[in-house]
Amino acid sequence: MDDLWYSEYHTKDVRFSIRVTQQLYAAQSEYQHIAVYDSPEFGRFLTLDGVMMLTERDEFIYHEMMVHVPMAVNPGIRRVLVIGAGDGGVARELGKYPGIERVDIVEIDEEVVKTCRRFLPGTACGFDDARMHLHFEDGLKFIRHTDSAYDLILVDSTDPSGPGEVLFTKEFYGNCHKALTAQGMMVNQHESPFYKEDAKAMQDAHRRIAGVFPVSEVYQAHIPTYPSGHWLFGFASKGLHPVSDQQPAQWARLGLATRYYNTALHRGAFCLPTYVKEALEQSE
Amino acid sequence: MMDQTRAPLYEALERMKSDRLVPFDVPGHKRGRGNPALTAFLGEQCLAVDVNSMKPLDNLCHPSGVIREAEQLAAEAFGAAHAFFMVGGTTSAVQAMLLSTLKSGDEIILPRNVHQSVINALVLCGAVPVYVNPETDRRLGIALGMAMPEVRRTLAAHPAAKAILVNNPTYYGICSNLTEIVQLAHAHGLRVLADEAHGTHFYFGAGLPVSAMAAGADMAAVSMHKSGGSLTQSSLLLCGPAVNEHYVRQVINLTQTTSGSYLLMSSLDISRRNLALQGVQIFEKVKNFAAYARSEINAIGDYYAYGSELVNGDSIYDFDMTKLSVNTLGIGLAGIEVYDLLRDEYNIQIEFGDLGNILAYISVGDKTKNVERLISALGEVRRLYKKDNAGMFESEYLSPEVVLSPQTAFYASKRSLPLEESIGEVCTEFVMCYPPGIPVLAPGERITRDIVDYINYAREKGCLLTGPECMDASRLNVLEKGKANG
Repeated sequence: MDDLWYSEYHTKDVRFSIRVTQQLYAAQSEYQHIAVYDSPEFGRFLTLDGVMMLTERDEFIYHEMMVHVPMAVNPGIRRVLVIGAGDGGVARELGKYPGIERVDIVEIDEEVVKTCRRFLPGTACGFDDARMHLHFEDGLKFIRHTDSAYDLILVDSTDPSGPGEVLFTKEFYGNCHKALTAQGMMVNQHESPFYKEDAKAMQDAHRRIAGVFPVSEVYQAHIPTYPSGHWLFGFASKGLHPVSDQQPAQWARLGLATRYYNTALHRGAFCLPTYVKEALEQSE
Repeated sequence: MMDQTRAPLYEALERMKSDRLVPFDVPGHKRGRGNPALTAFLGEQCLAVDVNSMKPLDNLCHPSGVIREAEQLAAEAFGAAHAFFMVGGTTSAVQAMLLSTLKSGDEIILPRNVHQSVINALVLCGAVPVYVNPETDRRLGIALGMAMPEVRRTLAAHPAAKAILVNNPTYYGICSNLTEIVQLAHAHGLRVLADEAHGTHFYFGAGLPVSAMAAGADMAAVSMHKSGGSLTQSSLLLCGPAVNEHYVRQVINLTQTTSGSYLLMSSLDISRRNLALQGVQIFEKVKNFAAYARSEINAIGDYYAYGSELVNGDSIYDFDMTKLSVNTLGIGLAGIEVYDLLRDEYNIQIEFGDLGNILAYISVGDKTKNVERLISALGEVRRLYKKDNAGMFESEYLSPEVVLSPQTAFYASKRSLPLEESIGEVCTEFVMCYPPGIPVLAPGERITRDIVDYINYAREKGCLLTGPECMDASRLNVLEKGKANG
């Protein structure tokens, strides 16, 4: 067997590699370079501009933590806006909630959705739910034209260095605030605290979100294929607190099957290491 | 027809590099090797072509080789009889236009909303300004173009005037009826000079206002480094067929460096080639960006991003659709306040804010996502900072009373007075509100209550007042009593 490896630079001095059996797809879209590989350890995986987006093996961690944390704070959520998430993983998790009436998914790059439908049906199946409405346009532009329309906004973006750049700006977070109802919440992909460049992005995002929302907390998950494996999510809201307003009993009654998320882990995820807490406090 | 795919100066620099010429001449950094920190910062490529005049690279003061060829290509691309590469900014091109046209005591007709470089040139040559009162749009608070009846009246009242200067366009994108001004001025024996600091793209884009050379103007100062894409400080001076290019070159050499930068000159050569080959597509893209941003910004509410609907056939004869100017008074904020908020809160640097407007510079270098950011940030500024617009300054044209020529006043005996006590005196220095750098007071003009109020209001809103010896403009230099003849 050929000794083929996919490598990603987590910093200029740290490289993360996965042995691959073959590259299934590679193409340049209008926005980014899209590739899909097969690997023995992580199964099939998707990269954008040479950066790991998801693997079949560990995507459940990211998608469960992005969706179930806010849903357990307000299980009565009916309308959801998702920015990015062209792989369908977030849609799949949202689809588990019968109370959700409508989900608008705004993905800038239609080619990502096409590629995932073709190669990653395990996540792209999320789009098959009739409540999911896909829009292929700029997230910032879409949200600018909405007002008090959503109970929850999920920002499933790439890193701030790629097409996801606008999803880390103050004007984007401000427009999210405007687009949310009075009990509204926003959860975003919040980068990593460990390597310097990711930590800078984490601090910038936290500072900007805290400047817009009265409640702005950060929680963590362990995602093996993301840089350092230690990944963060932002939880922001107009009033609901992610821990003191958590509704564990109500959520448990829904009887949803999860592999990473549980109601005790929900609380623990908001307990951050000291160096992370300090970095976030510094940025405020 | 010349071959516009050529770039003779750039090609000569490439030849010089590949020949590995051994430098025993200036500059002393010797292709960057003598200054590693600077080379690390700017790059080896850049330092390798920061060289001095030499036979294969020609000489800017006396072009006879590749610089002359490059200038000839530029002249053809711009429809001019001759083009000069300028390395002292468009300021140097404006000064060369005026200094090669006017002598001490000559009259020049011009609008008040000229760039400071024009009046600086009058200090140098001693000519006397005759201002055409420009109409002001009261809603927008901006000076417009020159209306033809005003131009005719001024020409009749000053039959000895030697030249007329026209902004083509103004900073805000407004054009006068240049073609008719040229016909009228030439019929009266005046030379027509155009300040095209904001008009490079008129020569290349489709459906844009007429360029100075196409309108038959005699000279034009063109900021290639703005919409043309060359390096900051590089510029072009264009001449029509009736101008003696050799005399103009002598005038340029009075003040221009003898060590013209090859970085700046090659950027002119490469940018000219790019515009000649790609200009139509480039400015189509810019127009589309601007049109999209205008319609989205107007949809936010309270802002007014203006466009060709302003055109009135006279004082707004045409409008430059690549410009994105937005009036901010509807949200109760001065343009300068919105300008500061965009930078401080949203990390967006725009070109300028004045008392009632902002201008975002759109160019070929823009990306859709950044245009979206600008629009969204403006939406947020309105949502978070909007206030009642009572008490906003209603800008009016402050008609200057010219008492002395700028040169006489500038060199006269003077004394310093607090701003409030200077009313009624003759100012001997400039006061500019920056940006956009158009004089509030020029040397030789009477200071009035209205002008002092304007200066105070502009300072309170956060404008930078530049020009006076006193750095914060709290004092002004005025003419010593009885020393009017300085």
